[in-house]
Amino acid sequence: MKELNDIQKGAVKNLIFRMADDELILGHRNSEWTALGPILEEDIAFSSMAQDKLGQAHAMYQILHKLGEADPDTIAFSRDEKDFKCCHLVEYPIGEYDFSLMRHFLFDSAEALRFEMLMSSSFEDLANVAKKFKGEIKYHIMHADTWLVQLGNANEISKARMQSSLNECFPLALGIFEPSDFEDILINESIFPGEKRLQEEWLKFISPVINSAGLVLPDINSIEPAYGGRKGYHTEYLKPLLDEMTEVYDIDPGAEW
Amino acid sequence: MSLKSLDPRVTRENLPEQPNTESIKDLHQWQTYEVFHQVKKGDHHIHVGPVHAPNPDMALILAKEQYARRYKCVNLWVVKTADIRKTDYEDEDIFETNQEKMYREAGGYKVMDRINKYKAEHKNK
Repeated sequence: MKELNDIQKGAVKNLIFRMADDELILGHRNSEWTALGPILEEDIAFSSMAQDKLGQAHAMYQILHKLGEADPDTIAFSRDEKDFKCCHLVEYPIGEYDFSLMRHFLFDSAEALRFEMLMSSSFEDLANVAKKFKGEIKYHIMHADTWLVQLGNANEISKARMQSSLNECFPLALGIFEPSDFEDILINESIFPGEKRLQEEWLKFISPVINSAGLVLPDINSIEPAYGGRKGYHTEYLKPLLDEMTEVYDIDPGAEW
Repeated sequence: MSLKSLDPRVTRENLPEQPNTESIKDLHQWQTYEVFHQVKKGDHHIHVGPVHAPNPDMALILAKEQYARRYKCVNLWVVKTADIRKTDYEDEDIFETNQEKMYREAGGYKVMDRINKYKAEHKNK
């Protein structure tokens, strides 16, 4: 196993915090659909995938714990808003189902590619987690793609809704790829090929699906990506979510479950 | 007044206290697909239940989480319920004498007696 020096360790931790916080917050958001989903079968599928996200976040927080951070529960439930490194996309309220599906499609496509890249990371713990969740994320993509193509081609209303949620989500989704201060270290040490590379791959990956759904990708050059989340600057939606998520934990943080 | 619930998600929605059920009546249901899972490659696919879906692709992705999210599964089939040809319960009497046809079961033959007799006869040869 590769021995990391302090600078490399800082870079790895930052990368893992970004990924884990995205998964935790989006997992929590998507779980808000539980019992309110559009049909029973989809309610169960979407809730199950929300749980998958929490499982992924947990695996990531465990790596952080090995690298000297607090235990997963403490990291997840005891940090201030500004210490979270999630992107703005995952913070937004669930909105209507079109928005949640579009976010799920855009985010999980990026995540699938990120995990694929990490499978050959020189940092073994990350490579192992990436391999472990490969199949799980593959299903998330199948689910997202099928829904997108279905609703994009169903009728005028569904198509218009999907296009408008794509327009709304796209600048937010570009915020997934907000570069960190550690890009060069991650790339040079073959830990992760970098956010810029990931964004390029992502655009190539989602374009054919968006075409099959009969939707139009907004012009990336005319869009301001929603940056800030990776540096701790969040939308107004994160704080209330954290308050709600930690409400029970805060009653007795040391409780044995 | 809006609907207050212990579930914060419901309260947030600012729903009327009396829900409007008129709009629900207009919704039509999707057709159903029957789902079959396979536990091991080479095994028979076994019927596990139905899912609602507008087409086979949607049926497959929904079936995966309904019927294959916890236990081992290597393959799923979906078949439109309407495409299944079935017998009528009115004709259930065609099966009535099934239980009496013991002579059709292998257990009905006294074959073991004959095998044992043959073995005994040839034991010392």
